[in-house]
Amino acid sequence: MENKNRRNFMKTLLASIGAAGVAGSSSILSSCDRIEAVDGDKITLLTSSGELVEVDKSQLKPAELPSLSQNQKQGREGLPGKSWVMVIDLSKCRNARECMKACQNHHQLRPEQHHINVLQMQDAEHTAPYFMPKPCQHCDNPPCTKVCPVNATFKREDGIVLIDNERCIGCRFCIAACPYSARVFNWFEPRDAEKYEGVTYNIEANVPQKKGTISKCLFSADLLRDGKLPSCVSACPNGVYWFGDRNEDAVTNGTTKETLSFSKLLSEGAAYTLMKDLGTEPRVYYLPAKDRAFPFTGEQV
Amino acid sequence: MNKIESPEESRKKFDRIFTDLTRSIVKKDELTRFWFFILLMFIGVGLWGWIIQIDKGLGVTGMRDYVSWGLYIANFVFFVAVSLVGLLISSVLQLLNFSWGKTISRAAEQIAIATVALAGIIIVMDMGRPDRLLNVFLHGRFASPIVWDLTVVSTYLAISVLLFYIPLIPDLAIMRDRMGSKVPAWKLKIYTILALGWNGNPQQYAIVYHAVRVLMILIIPIGLSIHTVTSWLFAATLRPGWDSTIFGPYFVVGAFVAGTAALIILMYVYRLRYGLKDYFDDFHFDKMGRLLVLVCLVYLYFNINEFLVPAYKMKSAEGVHLKDLFSGAYAFLFWFVQIAGIALPIVLIRIKYFRKPLPLSIISVFVLFSAWFKRYLIVIPTMEHPFLPVQNVPEHFHHYAPTSTEIMIMLFSFFTSIFIISVLAKFFPVITIWEYAEEKGIDRKYFTEKS
Repeated sequence: MENKNRRNFMKTLLASIGAAGVAGSSSILSSCDRIEAVDGDKITLLTSSGELVEVDKSQLKPAELPSLSQNQKQGREGLPGKSWVMVIDLSKCRNARECMKACQNHHQLRPEQHHINVLQMQDAEHTAPYFMPKPCQHCDNPPCTKVCPVNATFKREDGIVLIDNERCIGCRFCIAACPYSARVFNWFEPRDAEKYEGVTYNIEANVPQKKGTISKCLFSADLLRDGKLPSCVSACPNGVYWFGDRNEDAVTNGTTKETLSFSKLLSEGAAYTLMKDLGTEPRVYYLPAKDRAFPFTGEQV
Repeated sequence: MNKIESPEESRKKFDRIFTDLTRSIVKKDELTRFWFFILLMFIGVGLWGWIIQIDKGLGVTGMRDYVSWGLYIANFVFFVAVSLVGLLISSVLQLLNFSWGKTISRAAEQIAIATVALAGIIIVMDMGRPDRLLNVFLHGRFASPIVWDLTVVSTYLAISVLLFYIPLIPDLAIMRDRMGSKVPAWKLKIYTILALGWNGNPQQYAIVYHAVRVLMILIIPIGLSIHTVTSWLFAATLRPGWDSTIFGPYFVVGAFVAGTAALIILMYVYRLRYGLKDYFDDFHFDKMGRLLVLVCLVYLYFNINEFLVPAYKMKSAEGVHLKDLFSGAYAFLFWFVQIAGIALPIVLIRIKYFRKPLPLSIISVFVLFSAWFKRYLIVIPTMEHPFLPVQNVPEHFHHYAPTSTEIMIMLFSFFTSIFIISVLAKFFPVITIWEYAEEKGIDRKYFTEKS
């Protein structure tokens, strides 16, 4: 009896929020850690932004969550026909760090682990300092996937460089190979390890994190599959991020939800990529920190 | 060599050689026991450290997200380097017909086996998930230099073991026939089994000669590969300090320096401990000293290329790295390594006095230490200087300092390799008896006579 209850309970756990549900967080599922099913119809869920919300049970419906092997398979294939790109407008960034917070929540990272890191940059002695959010560049010629001995990190057809931490052997060759310092390692038990024990691994969010394996920015591939923007993009209060599909030539601003032509944004904004001369062909483009919306508040580097 | 006259004289002489060269096996004293006790203790402590590391995660080391390779990888490169002495001494020298190399080739193979085996072990100890080692075979990607490294390192180990074992077979037969009550029965049984029924007929010798010759040739490309591929683990990345086209030969020559120094030290230890003054004699040390100067000169040439050319240009990222080495945090270590590891041996060993056993061995100790620190300097400073600034992480992410657990595991690797050499010396002669006797003009027929 106890067991059966538990099974039913687990079923409820594998549920997703209906459209009428709480504050549009589609990742509620992937990040919910525990459901307190009380006698009534209320249920407590943890959202990706770390809030506890009470949800009516009737709003939950069973979801078709793929098994681990299915998840790994579809995670390797990517989203057909898509070609994801990100544009970061440096003139808008004022180091609010909401992107970093949302990212760490989504991917269950320790405070010192950054999939996206807002750096204070200064290109030359007399040039102006600026803030530069730096996610994984999702290179089209990725140095990291080349060196992986077990194909645990790989390039998907939609352009995302993903990690399978069920396969990673922890040799850290990819960290050595990445010129953007985009990768982090789980040197210890990951954050909240006990809490997520037994939760099925989701390759597209790389959660739960695993001790002794690599993690890095995945463009929130799990959210993309649900038709949502990556968590850093939608968390930004200042309109720094544009994200979209190169094949459609459309990128959407995470803050204003405005959609523009990707090629036009690049050409009009004089976009560039980081360390172009290394030949890594990044998928993350930067618009220069010109006509700053905010004064630079950091220390001079 | 001149033939020896009477059978009595031959027998007498062979008896002497046999007694001298099996002393390492027969010798039983407090010092031996104490030595093995020390070795096993350190091995135990190191294994305990590894258990801690597996339990708590690689975070018990000083490595973090920026300096993500540390002592273990430096140690790995060091071990691969030292193991190359097997290639140099027991293959290159023999193929070039330097007969003095015969006497020292078994000691060289001991070093090769012990160090390349440990290189394999230390790399597993560096893994975040050693439990997934099999993934390398299940999901191995041939585009990854790690898979190349694994392939050549295991092949090199296999060939080195064969190169140790095959010339040993006649010796095993000699020991089987002559050891009698000098060793316990189980040891005698091991010799009997391993001797593979050797009876010393000409066909058997022909097979041994042929097999050894094939292995000597085979080991050259494999040996060059292991260190070249190891250098590619670094050179295949874009990082300043590693992004170099001469890393392959630079590492190989550096390996010859380290290996030669290690062999000189081992020769000196054997000479002292097992009374082999007449076997590892001044002549051998003189030759080894000259060899060390030669490889050091070539290494100097590569070092000048590796540092002077980028230092002339001072490209931005490269410049940061070089300044750190030349005059920054690593300056002391860097100049120590260049002077004690390269310049000093070149200058000193050219003087005859310093090619005597003791002075040469002392210099070799410095060379070997420098060789280890050289690997440290190759691995760590580069990782401390990524292209983008290191920010928003705790202070200890910026700089690397090994922890005690890491040092325990490193000591494990040193002591285990010394343990392997000690066990090999305890079981098998450290110089090939039959080759040596033959060199001295003793006829083969005396080898298999029962004493």
